[in-house]
Amino acid sequence: MELLYWDGCPSHPRALADLREAMGELGLDAGAVEVRRVATEEDAARERFVGSPTLRIDGADVCDPGAEPYSLTCRIYTRRDGRVSPTPDPADLRDALRAALRAAGSP
Amino acid sequence: MPAIGQPAPPFALPDTEGALHEPGAAPATVVVFTCNHCPYALAWHERLVAVARDYAALGVRMLAINPNDAERYPGDSPEAMAARVRAGEFDGVPYLRDESQGVARAYDAKTTPDVFLLDAQGVLRYRGAPDGDYDDPGQNAAYLRDALDAVLAGREPDPSETTPVGCSIKWRVGG
Repeated sequence: MELLYWDGCPSHPRALADLREAMGELGLDAGAVEVRRVATEEDAARERFVGSPTLRIDGADVCDPGAEPYSLTCRIYTRRDGRVSPTPDPADLRDALRAALRAAGSP
Repeated sequence: MPAIGQPAPPFALPDTEGALHEPGAAPATVVVFTCNHCPYALAWHERLVAVARDYAALGVRMLAINPNDAERYPGDSPEAMAARVRAGEFDGVPYLRDESQGVARAYDAKTTPDVFLLDAQGVLRYRGAPDGDYDDPGQNAAYLRDALDAVLAGREPDPSETTPVGCSIKWRVGG
């Protein structure tokens, strides 16, 4: 699990808390999240960073970033009820974690 | 930043059709720094437009200002601003372009959104967030509504200042 963030956006603490809560619910080690700061446009391009926060499980983004350009910006997520949000829907986090567990062969 | 209780910086900025707008000529003017690409600004947007709608009958004006560097963030271009206005997203709220970023600097705006409330004399009476949680539409821009009610009643808002929450303003590099 990894969380990439940019300082210009204040959303990553909440996203990290949501991710850790979802991991805890699924019996995963909530401390096993690599948190990395993206500081420059060059970092953003190298990390394929489309905005803060970006959460990946085994390298796969928990929400499809589509064709968004790599950039130092705040990422826009859409909650399942249609609201715009700076963080992913916790239900999407749980689904992504379950999918990763299934792919890894966990029951 | 202009201090609470002190005159706010005057300005005149163009909307998406080129017409100039300035604060004043109203019992209260809400100046909101906002933009197109910030999830915080978008999450709060409907609540802020609802404030403008609900207080229009009392003569309150709201001016939305986009100060972001559109070269680095094309989503904040004048064309993208105009598209949102044409789509009806601003419902009577002029959407102004702060091309030089001078107004944002004069107000010491920090984030999108960042809300400033001026009274009839142009004195700053409130500055900060619309309400306490971008993620809870039920909060209904309560900080701003309470401040407006106070100003319209001739009272001091309490609180008169909260911490703005949102995306950092995208200043021009070297600007």
